[in-house]
Amino acid sequence: MRKLYRFHGGVHPPANKTQSTQTPIAQAALPSKLVVALHQHAGGSATRPAVQPGDHVLKGQLIGLPEGRIASAVHAPTSGMVLAVDRQPVLHPSALPDLCVTIVPDGKDEWIAHHGSDYRELQHSDLRHQLRMAGIVGLGGAVFPSDLKLYAGKHKIKTLVLNGAECEPYITCDDMLMRERAAEILRGAEIMQALLYAEEVLIGIEDNKPEAIAAMQQALAAGDYRNMEVIAVPTVYPGGGAKQLIRVLTGLEVPHGVRTTEMGAQCFNVGTAYSVYRAVAHGEPLISRIVTVTGNVERPQNFEVLLGTPLAELAAQAGVKPDTDGYIMGGPMMGIAVPSAQAGVTKAANCFIATSRALFPPAPPALPCIRCTRCAEVCPADLQPQELYWFAKAKELGKAQEYHLFDCIECGACSYVCPSHIPLVQYYRFAKSEIWAHEREKDAADIARERHEFRLERQEREKRERAEKLAQKERAAAAAKAAEQPAAAAGAAAAATPAAAGQPEDAAQALIQAAIERAKAQATLVKPKNTDNLTPAQLAEIAEIEARRAKIREIARTDNDKEQ
Amino acid sequence: MLTALFVMTSIAVVLGAVLGYSALKFKVEGNPLVDKIDAMLPQTQCGQCGYPGCKPYATAIAAGEADINKCPPGGEEGIHKLAELLGVEFKPFGEGVQPKPKSVAFIDENTCIGCTLCLQACPVDAISGAAKQMHTIIAAECTGCELCVPPCPVDCIDMIPIAEDVNNWKWRYPVYTLAQTS
Repeated sequence: MRKLYRFHGGVHPPANKTQSTQTPIAQAALPSKLVVALHQHAGGSATRPAVQPGDHVLKGQLIGLPEGRIASAVHAPTSGMVLAVDRQPVLHPSALPDLCVTIVPDGKDEWIAHHGSDYRELQHSDLRHQLRMAGIVGLGGAVFPSDLKLYAGKHKIKTLVLNGAECEPYITCDDMLMRERAAEILRGAEIMQALLYAEEVLIGIEDNKPEAIAAMQQALAAGDYRNMEVIAVPTVYPGGGAKQLIRVLTGLEVPHGVRTTEMGAQCFNVGTAYSVYRAVAHGEPLISRIVTVTGNVERPQNFEVLLGTPLAELAAQAGVKPDTDGYIMGGPMMGIAVPSAQAGVTKAANCFIATSRALFPPAPPALPCIRCTRCAEVCPADLQPQELYWFAKAKELGKAQEYHLFDCIECGACSYVCPSHIPLVQYYRFAKSEIWAHEREKDAADIARERHEFRLERQEREKRERAEKLAQKERAAAAAKAAEQPAAAAGAAAAATPAAAGQPEDAAQALIQAAIERAKAQATLVKPKNTDNLTPAQLAEIAEIEARRAKIREIARTDNDKEQ
Repeated sequence: MLTALFVMTSIAVVLGAVLGYSALKFKVEGNPLVDKIDAMLPQTQCGQCGYPGCKPYATAIAAGEADINKCPPGGEEGIHKLAELLGVEFKPFGEGVQPKPKSVAFIDENTCIGCTLCLQACPVDAISGAAKQMHTIIAAECTGCELCVPPCPVDCIDMIPIAEDVNNWKWRYPVYTLAQTS
């Protein structure tokens, strides 16, 4: 028996998971249209559309090209016609639209040519590039591009942690995936293990999922895996947080400002391992994912859903009850309210919970903080949530950062236990995004300062160069004059050459005059070439046009005279 | 008596020498206060403060020649920060001076005649173009200072406020009602 560790705090909210695990994963029906968001990964880098409205696309065809380092590709989930590339509602808490590709399926579900390969025969850099171009991102909800996490660089990764904890209430997509596709998950984990040169793979699954644990153990015993272990971990929320699970399995405590990679551990969701396997062994990009549809529906269950399927069409397949008043994406602890049911499913969407007043009654009105510090007792990141709350409320962002605001994983355990029902996490989110905005502004200001200083320096340099050039010219002129003086003196004595010789202004005048003469001579020499060998008819036409022009000139002149 | 006098004098000479040496050795180049103030200014380089850029304004504040409420792009928050740094009272903006929403200049490329006047006005070289060639704003580098707007002879430059999108959106300050307990 492996020794397990504990992390600080944690809560035990009602799990509500059994509702959606009664039936196997169902294939969601092909929707009437797919609204595929182009920005489906964490990080600011854009994904550029690679198709235009009217294009015909095949299933698995690239429709979004990753640009920048932290970016991931997006693919057509089925074959059909691109209807539009424009801003559509997306699953984002802001309710603001973002760039999406809308595809009308043709019903044929025709694959683009694709082939799998054996990961052992591929270079690791090629393998990572393949994952990037297959659009593989973390499917636990953070959607960070996996190819970047699968590069250990100079760090030695000892433990690869596969996260099947799925601690948040209602969500069962990882549970069902492990029950039904355990072997593929393990094959994916094997590829990840090779990429990271990890010594061991620890698969952590919370002990409220005995079927998933059994299925994974069975698959593990059936294959020839190296240093892999399926471990049941105690059920406590948020035991599925990356840092928390690493702590439980390995005892590593990740300090502030240090990444888990530096400590020799890396964590991936089981769904990510599955899609890594599909991408490498079958050449299939990430175009679908398992989504739990639960809450206020007739048949809560898991679906394999094509990315971009509008939420309304997906929810209808689970039988939405009439008193549903909205949806939550994710779980009840960390999820966000879905702004529009027309938005398409994204790689981050692990669960949709239909809400109603009966199921999720509005939060009771908040009372003032009584400083009971129950939030500090449950905080899995060992923070002082009550202090962070006061700082965020007073907009003392610097202070909040000093109290390690950015170590907060927004798990919502503090809000869950708060006897005053204060929406604590909302304050932390507010403070975080405020700090990010300040940082963006600061970066922009630094760039502006640099550019302004460069411009001033450039202007200064140009001035200097001009002055130098002028000085050089003057020196040259003075030297020429000095050389000319004796000659001119001699010339003046010898003959009565143009009196101008001695006078520089007259010399310049003479030069200008000469230039004008030259130009005139040239003008008379150069004649338009298209007036040679003309027929009499053409000549007559030219004469007519010339006459007309003369007439117009005459009129214009008389008009001018009149005006004057 | 004489010994005491000698000891005190030699101590004074030694300490004086140390001080004199360190004054030369650890001399601070430039004015650190100016740099601190400059770091707080938004670097729009718009000249709305009456000085030709953020650095000159920072220098003027450091010298006590300028008020701290002359920078509309910095907003009231900027004044608060400056007040805190300098240990003076917060001073609101004067009459008619109000911060505008952050904007980016936009050149109507059909109207632009390629006169290069805006190029010369831009303090951060955020306009690309050449004589008799159409000009365009490099939006990512534009500080929204509006200095390019007045020189344009054909009025083809507009200031477009930066719209909120998914990338620059911020979580709102939570507003909720407290329960009545009495």
